[in-house]
Amino acid sequence: MNFDLYLPTLLTIITAATPLVFAAMGELVTEKSGVLNLGVEGMMLTGAVTGFAAVVVTDSAILGCLAAMAAGMLTALIFAFLVLGLQASQVATGLALTLFGIGLSALLGQDMVGIAYAGLPKLQLPIVSDLPVLGPLLFHHDALVYLSFVLPAAVAWFLYRTRAGLILRAVGDSHDAAHAIGYPVIAIRYMATLFGGAMSGLAGAYLSLSYSTMWVENMSAGRGWIALALVVFATWRPWRVMFGAYLFGGITILQLYAQAFGIAVPSQFMTMLPYLATIVVLVVISRDESRIRQNAPACIGKPFHPSA
Amino acid sequence: MIKQPDAKTPLLALGAITKSYPGCLANDHVDFAISRGEIHALLGENGAGKSTLVKIIYGILRADSGNIRWCGEPVTIDSPSTARRLGIAMVFQHFSLFESLTVVENIALGMDSPGNMESLKARIREVSTSYGLLLDPDRHVHSLSVGERQRIEIIRCLLQQPKLLIMDEPTSVLTPQEIEQLFATLRRLAAQGMSILYISHKLDEIRTLCHQATILRNGRVVADTDPTTHTARSLAAIMMGEELELPSRPPLTQSDSPPRLVVNDLSLRALDEFGVDLKNISFTVGRGEILGIAGVAGNGQIELTNALAGERRCQQADTIVIDQVACGHRGPEFRRELGLGSIPEERFGHGAIADLSLAENAYLTAHHRMGLTRYGLIRRRLRNAFSNRVIDQFRVKAGGHQSTASSLSGGNLQKFIVGREICQRHGVLVVCQPTWGVDAGAATAIQQALVEMAEAGAAVLVISQDLDELMLICNRIAAICAGRLSDVLPVATTSVEQIGLLMAGADMEMDRAEA
Repeated sequence: MNFDLYLPTLLTIITAATPLVFAAMGELVTEKSGVLNLGVEGMMLTGAVTGFAAVVVTDSAILGCLAAMAAGMLTALIFAFLVLGLQASQVATGLALTLFGIGLSALLGQDMVGIAYAGLPKLQLPIVSDLPVLGPLLFHHDALVYLSFVLPAAVAWFLYRTRAGLILRAVGDSHDAAHAIGYPVIAIRYMATLFGGAMSGLAGAYLSLSYSTMWVENMSAGRGWIALALVVFATWRPWRVMFGAYLFGGITILQLYAQAFGIAVPSQFMTMLPYLATIVVLVVISRDESRIRQNAPACIGKPFHPSA
Repeated sequence: MIKQPDAKTPLLALGAITKSYPGCLANDHVDFAISRGEIHALLGENGAGKSTLVKIIYGILRADSGNIRWCGEPVTIDSPSTARRLGIAMVFQHFSLFESLTVVENIALGMDSPGNMESLKARIREVSTSYGLLLDPDRHVHSLSVGERQRIEIIRCLLQQPKLLIMDEPTSVLTPQEIEQLFATLRRLAAQGMSILYISHKLDEIRTLCHQATILRNGRVVADTDPTTHTARSLAAIMMGEELELPSRPPLTQSDSPPRLVVNDLSLRALDEFGVDLKNISFTVGRGEILGIAGVAGNGQIELTNALAGERRCQQADTIVIDQVACGHRGPEFRRELGLGSIPEERFGHGAIADLSLAENAYLTAHHRMGLTRYGLIRRRLRNAFSNRVIDQFRVKAGGHQSTASSLSGGNLQKFIVGREICQRHGVLVVCQPTWGVDAGAATAIQQALVEMAEAGAAVLVISQDLDELMLICNRIAAICAGRLSDVLPVATTSVEQIGLLMAGADMEMDRAEA
């Protein structure tokens, strides 16, 4: 079998899935604490434009990524202040945040349209990068892709193996009980929301610095919404989110190739396929109601009023 | 450093604790002391200020003024973790448990330094076997019964080896057997020197369990007394400030009129593995009659209420007949129009909607019977007047008809829900646990209202775990066990022991022996 023929396809699948992994993992942590942030799309775009601008100015990929995370966190902070501090509706505020992010990023990025960037440097790792097949497939990427490989493990470890993760899940399950025991519900939710913002920002940075290597208005193209859907359909399990992200990325790329080969299916249907297939597959693997009950944060989207 | 106190110093002493909420003084200069090894009752009606006082002791609320002494030393308790450090542990009325987490995770969350999970599991097993509180640390909470959930809270407290254990209405959700077991555990803990602050409004329990009782009324201490020297009646009198008039069952009128509620061979399979199948249930309730159904929780009471209310429909129309109209296949709205009122066991989700106002909640079941709709529009003035009538008549403590259901205490909401149905003057009323979590005064008022309804010609079905209540107000009684209904017996010639046997399914044993 000629592996080299398939390599480019497989590589593009990875690049298509990576931003989803970041955004969805961040949102997963946010939602596990009981906060529903629908502003992922907006935070991604803010991150994308800020990261790109930072790279243009400083010419440092690291500073670019950090700036993107900071921008994502800043937008998340606005959201957190409104819904946690002022107890505004999470749904309405999240939607507003998306609209805000789209507008703000377009404004900030006006002068950067058309500037090209070489892309994040590919990191060669010792030994593993030289492995046949696996080397070129998994270990000729930039740092963000490697990070996206370990992120689900890190999130799963944090949520299910550490005390801090247990407290975070507890706050999402019943904020009243957590408050009664004496945990700072609001502070914990602030942190989880900020983490979600940082990861969305990073997802944006990946789009503008690695996936497209330029800034285009509204370049996230609905990926923020897909990330949100992934979290729900993966029933808040980190590895399933990863699986869903790759499924979506995979079908997105494959349908492009299929269209290029001129398969006689309407292109609209092909474009629809990734969304449809991802949702159907995830619904089927997680239709067990007791599992949903076990994993869904019961307090999601509910405002918390501490009595006294 | 807290010095070693002598034996006479109370473990905890509160002085002149005052706490006010907007529009209400919850605690008014409350003095209170509990000594070592004492089981001390805090007694009072709903809204007397018990829960507020306890929350101040556990650091969830701060008092506006007053002082707290622990082992004789003045202390400030500004958070639950400060309280835990002093040696105060609390079992909450509405359990502070996390449904999607396991037993061991829940326990770890309530401790300041739980250590690693495996050693914690071992300690849980140790404590649970030594106190006879059986519990598997790896189970998820949502799969446990209420009694098992309470065990989690108790074990969580015991693991911290507290000096003071606070229990907020621990028995309101337990079966009689579970209550016996709990009392045995509490007595043992007290004998080992632990002080227990026991909050309840169940007078008999307090008389059998507690050494001392502090009685609150409207936020003030009205008595500090040894409960064993009182009768349940005299305690209730102190608690309410007036004598308690017990209701009596309605006179059984022999009438030729056909029964108002008929259930014919009702069988329904449970919807999930935790439910109970109803098997061949048949009974009738006549005009002016109260029929009681006794039984230990989880034997099909909820399923039966749902089937009667129309939440679940039957295959055959004539399985359920209300005032001679067969309606087994029809839904709740249709049955309400026939004159059926129902009061489910669960207040939220079935009995009321938490975030809606009392007026809106009243409208939801009363709109047809009370004519609260015209041309598809809500007649707001009538609706508000109707809910105000319920609030006044049943002395519901609420800000008014615009307060949300969730802002009421459990007992007050129960009064509102029961009152809402009674004020509609239904022909047939199905009530599940009418006085669950309601204080003695309000319970009597609710029972009296049920009796008056029957006297006015309604057929009333009361499904309750409280056998005393059923013996008090019912004309006839039956027991439900594993989804089957026993024979229906007249209360006047039936003993509590007989009903107890029926509740345990004794008649079915005999049937099986004969067969």
